[in-house]
Amino acid sequence: MRKSSFFLCSLAVEVVVLGLLLTHASFHREAMREGIEEKAAMVRSLGLTDLCLFTDARYTRNLSQADLFSAFQDNPLSLDHFPSGSFTTPPIWIMRRR
Amino acid sequence: MDYETQMRSPIERQRGIIDFTLSSLMRRKVKNVGLLCLYALIVFILASAIFFTSSIKKEASLILRGTPEIIVQKMAAGRHDLFPLRDMEAVKNVRGVAAVEGRLWGYYFDDRLGANYTLIVPPAARSSAEPSEARPLFWFNAAALEPGTIVIGEGVARVGKLSKGDSIAFTAYDGSTIDLKVADTLSSKSELVSSDLILIGEEDFRKLFDIGKDYATDITVEVKNPREIPTVASKITRVLPDTRPIVRDEILRTYDSIFNWRGGMMIVILSAAILAFVIFAWDKASGLSAEERQEIGILKAVGWETSDVILMKFWEGAIVSLTAYFAGVILAYVHVFLTGSLIFEPALKGWSVLYPHFSLTPFISAEQLITLFFLTVVPYTIATIVPTWRAAIIDPDAAMRQTGE
Amino acid sequence: MIELINVKKVFNAGRPSEFTALGGISLNIEDRKVTVLKGPSGSGKTTLLCIIGCMSRPTAGRVRLDGREISGLPERFLTDIRRKGFGFIFQVPNLIRGMSVLENVMLPAYPLGEPHARLKERAIRGLNDFHVSTKATSKVEWLSGGEAQRVAIVRALINDPDVIIADEPTAHLDTHLSYLFMEIVENFKKEGKTVIIASHDPLVCESRIVDSVINMRDGRIEGESS
Repeated sequence: MRKSSFFLCSLAVEVVVLGLLLTHASFHREAMREGIEEKAAMVRSLGLTDLCLFTDARYTRNLSQADLFSAFQDNPLSLDHFPSGSFTTPPIWIMRRR
Repeated sequence: MDYETQMRSPIERQRGIIDFTLSSLMRRKVKNVGLLCLYALIVFILASAIFFTSSIKKEASLILRGTPEIIVQKMAAGRHDLFPLRDMEAVKNVRGVAAVEGRLWGYYFDDRLGANYTLIVPPAARSSAEPSEARPLFWFNAAALEPGTIVIGEGVARVGKLSKGDSIAFTAYDGSTIDLKVADTLSSKSELVSSDLILIGEEDFRKLFDIGKDYATDITVEVKNPREIPTVASKITRVLPDTRPIVRDEILRTYDSIFNWRGGMMIVILSAAILAFVIFAWDKASGLSAEERQEIGILKAVGWETSDVILMKFWEGAIVSLTAYFAGVILAYVHVFLTGSLIFEPALKGWSVLYPHFSLTPFISAEQLITLFFLTVVPYTIATIVPTWRAAIIDPDAAMRQTGE
Repeated sequence: MIELINVKKVFNAGRPSEFTALGGISLNIEDRKVTVLKGPSGSGKTTLLCIIGCMSRPTAGRVRLDGREISGLPERFLTDIRRKGFGFIFQVPNLIRGMSVLENVMLPAYPLGEPHARLKERAIRGLNDFHVSTKATSKVEWLSGGEAQRVAIVRALINDPDVIIADEPTAHLDTHLSYLFMEIVENFKKEGKTVIIASHDPLVCESRIVDSVINMRDGRIEGESS
């Protein structure tokens, strides 16, 4: 097989696979809409404020409810030792109201 | 020479040059395949991060639309404190407020398992006010939550190996043990919001933590006209200066800026990727080896134009970066949406014992793919071509020169 | 017919290292003949070949190819003339290492966009003519000196040029291979190609198939003999 044919074919295969995945994404989005509605309904009826992403500390469990000090875990010498704390940013209103 | 005039085809020209470029790349198979793999890995990490964060953000924005319009926290000595229910009257009297309700919720640390649970008393009024919202999938009924029973999230059930009918022994404020029976579990579909939840009756909650009848954790405020939310919030701070209102819009924006690029891990991932790319580009841009120069000389001597040489170098960059780009993006999709971000999981889990299992909804857009393309393929290809420019315009007689007189 | 009128070539003009390689050459090279440029190292043979073969442009003077002036043309046109009209045989084969013989032979034709199958067929036929077709898929570094040169010749012929330019073609060949090379040149002549060789090898200069020998020294023509 000619080398350029091999390259163009493999590139075409990659593009097709990506296309299939994008199709998968759009179908999947449809399929998951019900789940999203369910979650939204739960948020409404329970009055929830946050996603359950990190359960290790209260300032990461309820990101939007955290206060300025919880990031220090009540001790100014305790630097953030939860890995999840380094993924996220503090609630936006803390930064603004300061 | 009729074949030239008849059969010349621009596509054949490109293919011929691709043939040559591939042969040229295959000469240093180990180096170039290694380069390709490293490159694909960088694209994979970047794409995974983009897919993961943007899907979470998008999903958060959809799910959290139903969050309370205003939450008012009581502050004491700079920390959250219980909200005295007698203050609710003052909030109710603020103009524009439709309804005020106390929320009871808190955290419970399970000593035995080392897991953190979130305990919530379901607001009875609201669930009965909107009966259509109570979908069978996450069935719970505030009225059915009799004293002594709880409804647990899927994550709690998993960590504690609990199912309907089992009971959890909670240690109350005074050291006594309170056994609560699992009446039901919340659906696994809702884990993104409910994994660590324990729905508990008001009586039990107050008994467990010794919270008096006239206190709540915080209060939620419903506003008559959603446009007045900020005004109402600032009025509340004026009436009750020791409280802090958090409005819905701020919650949504908090999640919009979560996983910001300035977040610690993000900057580590990004800088590692950028550094690796700079090393590539440096390797390319720091000039051509003597061998490469000589080859370009030969190509020019046998009749290649400057533009042919540049086209060849363009394909050299494009072949590597296009292949790596698509491979990286495909793998990232599989990683994030089909394997549940397997590689990110240890970092995301952190120290938490209770880690929610959720499958993300694939919110990916052409915009993300194009951004990624311009971050990776374009600079790499340019970095490949630029140093060639100088070499490609050398006179073709250089090939004669190095050998002849 | 290739005409050179008072062609000069100066390297590094205006710098202390300025060097005049050709100091005013006027010369006519006839079609379908074998012409040898003879002279010691540094006499300007290679520079002259480069100018004739459209590889470089003269500093002054004019070059005409079949009556058409080519010395002032931009690079693109020169390249086009060069790759269709001229085939080059270098002192060393100048093959691209790490690639197969076949790929090396097809190399000059890639940018022309000829259908691949046809090009490959012609390349194999060319390799056949020079008895190296068995090596078509071998890498060029596995070839012997004589094989490598024949492959280089096949490559020079792939675009079917009218003029063959050879720079010291026998410098790295033994006597036997040199004679073989001259036989190849004779065949070129029979096929009606113009051959221009730069060499100071007596075996080339005194060959019976050579039509004219141009003696060069210090960038000038000393004399012409036929």
